[in-house]
Amino acid sequence: METDVLNQALALECHHIWKVFSNTNHHGWHRIVTKTEAICGIDLQVPRHQILGILGPNGSGKSTLIRMMATLLIPDQGTISVFGMDVLRHRMEVRRLINRVSVEASFFKKLTARENLAYAAGLYGVPNLRAQQEATRILERLGMPKAKLVIPLENLSRGQQQKIAIARALLTSPTLMLLDEPTTGLDPTSRREVQDFVLQVRAEHDATILISTHDMQEAERLCDRIAIIDQGRFVANDSPTELIRQWGENRGLEQAFFRLTGRDFANEEESL
Amino acid sequence: MIAMEREARALGSIVRRNFHLIRRYLGWEVVFLFYNIVNTLTIGLIGLSLPPSQRATTVVYLAIGALLWNFLSILFQEIANAVSWERWEGTIEYSFMAPIHRLTYLFGVCLYAVLYGLLRTMVVLLAIMFFFHVSIRHADWMGALLVLMGSVLPFIGLGLMGAVLPLISTERGAQATQIIQGVLLLVSGVYYPVSVLPMWLRWFSYASPATYTLEASRSAILQGRSIGSVAGISLELLLSGFILVPLGLWIFTSAERWAMHRGTLKRNG
Ligand SMILES: Nc1ncnc2c1ncn2[C@@H]1O[C@H](COP(=O)(O)OP(=O)(O)O)[C@@H](O)[C@H]1O
Ligand SMILES: [Mg+2]
Repeated sequence: METDVLNQALALECHHIWKVFSNTNHHGWHRIVTKTEAICGIDLQVPRHQILGILGPNGSGKSTLIRMMATLLIPDQGTISVFGMDVLRHRMEVRRLINRVSVEASFFKKLTARENLAYAAGLYGVPNLRAQQEATRILERLGMPKAKLVIPLENLSRGQQQKIAIARALLTSPTLMLLDEPTTGLDPTSRREVQDFVLQVRAEHDATILISTHDMQEAERLCDRIAIIDQGRFVANDSPTELIRQWGENRGLEQAFFRLTGRDFANEEESL
Repeated sequence: MIAMEREARALGSIVRRNFHLIRRYLGWEVVFLFYNIVNTLTIGLIGLSLPPSQRATTVVYLAIGALLWNFLSILFQEIANAVSWERWEGTIEYSFMAPIHRLTYLFGVCLYAVLYGLLRTMVVLLAIMFFFHVSIRHADWMGALLVLMGSVLPFIGLGLMGAVLPLISTERGAQATQIIQGVLLLVSGVYYPVSVLPMWLRWFSYASPATYTLEASRSAILQGRSIGSVAGISLELLLSGFILVPLGLWIFTSAERWAMHRGTLKRNG
């Protein structure tokens, strides 16, 4: 399997993915089932070594799409393959190649960063000592003081927690990194540091990176290609320069986004 | 070989993680333990209110119930709550995304539950021995231990089935595991012979593995029955474990698949 991975030109391929959620709500005696079409027929190809941005407003389906790639959610229709392996049929092999960072840094909040990283690394079979050394190295580069590694995680700022979440993902040396809004809620400095780090990871680790965001500047700065998602559908998928040229009337990505989704992004943010 | 090593590391890291968590919630651990000890003593004291001739046996009868229930309920609770806990912390997607067999994950949870349950029950046992100076002649301790070992497996099976509920519905599932635990306490004859239960409840006691565990360990300790006579029951318990554990695992993996379809693995929604 490992040698196959190296021969694959595509790191990720989605073929006609659909996902509909049904939620049941009880209103007195009535049972009301609402259906949400989260992802509607998405096709995607990501060559290895690329940074692909998924840009879209809240609720457009970014996290749902990423969960399906991460083997956490099963699509209703369509297939997803990672380095040529189907995520459902070769779940274990795919899991070994990927890792994911989510919006909310999900940790055992009373445990220290060290303990959390030890747990995560252990699950991937990384020996504890090596994991600790690696984690310290990664966090140092992210501008994280060593002393912060030995206090409960709940006492760290969101930015610091997010950095540890990235370190956790990197510890397992994934060849495909799925970053779900990794910089949302970070201050500008931390955001910058995380972005620099993403670029560095790509350069040093031969990793393919898929990053979702609703930050235009971030998408423009990081991504080789940007797919704009709206209500579960891709409305564009191109390089940033091409998107701006074609849709943004050379006034930037924001303008392109507005034209493509027919909505004002700033207002969208406020209403949610 | 490498794969085995990887799974073993994962197993170790799950057990270690839980012990780290105990350390962080040490205050609560002490409180729970205190309550456990007081609860057991209170129940044991009921025995002292009886005529002297019945005291010793009644105290021991009750203490066996309290200790075994202590151990088995911890076992059930720790396993059944493993998923709720991880979901509450938001780590469940990370734990379930790791490239390990679900069996390894669940085995780690169970291994921890057994170690932790034994540890806590030992402390309560020491407290009881310190408080009540009753001695039991002819007690067959080895037999009692054998019974206890036999009942670990079926309770793990029950715990695995309980763990499924929070996977299906976050809050209702956690509530349901509490109810199951309550019913087990009622029907298993923890502090009284099941013969005092009304007939319709007796059917439930036949289904609870704890009923057999309690009956057999009491006959081993109080009546000093030989190992031979309880060996049969231990074997039966063990066999029921061989059915309940795979059944629990199967239910668990099916529920996980269901959750992956419905999108209920994530913390909110
Ligand atoms: N597990 C789920 N159950 C029900 N509905 C869901 C679930 N996950 C997402 N949704 C719905 O699917 C849509 C897309 O959500 P999501 O992928 O989280 O969007 P984004 O990450 O772009 O903000 C939303 O309408 C959301 O409410
Ligand atoms: Mg999202």
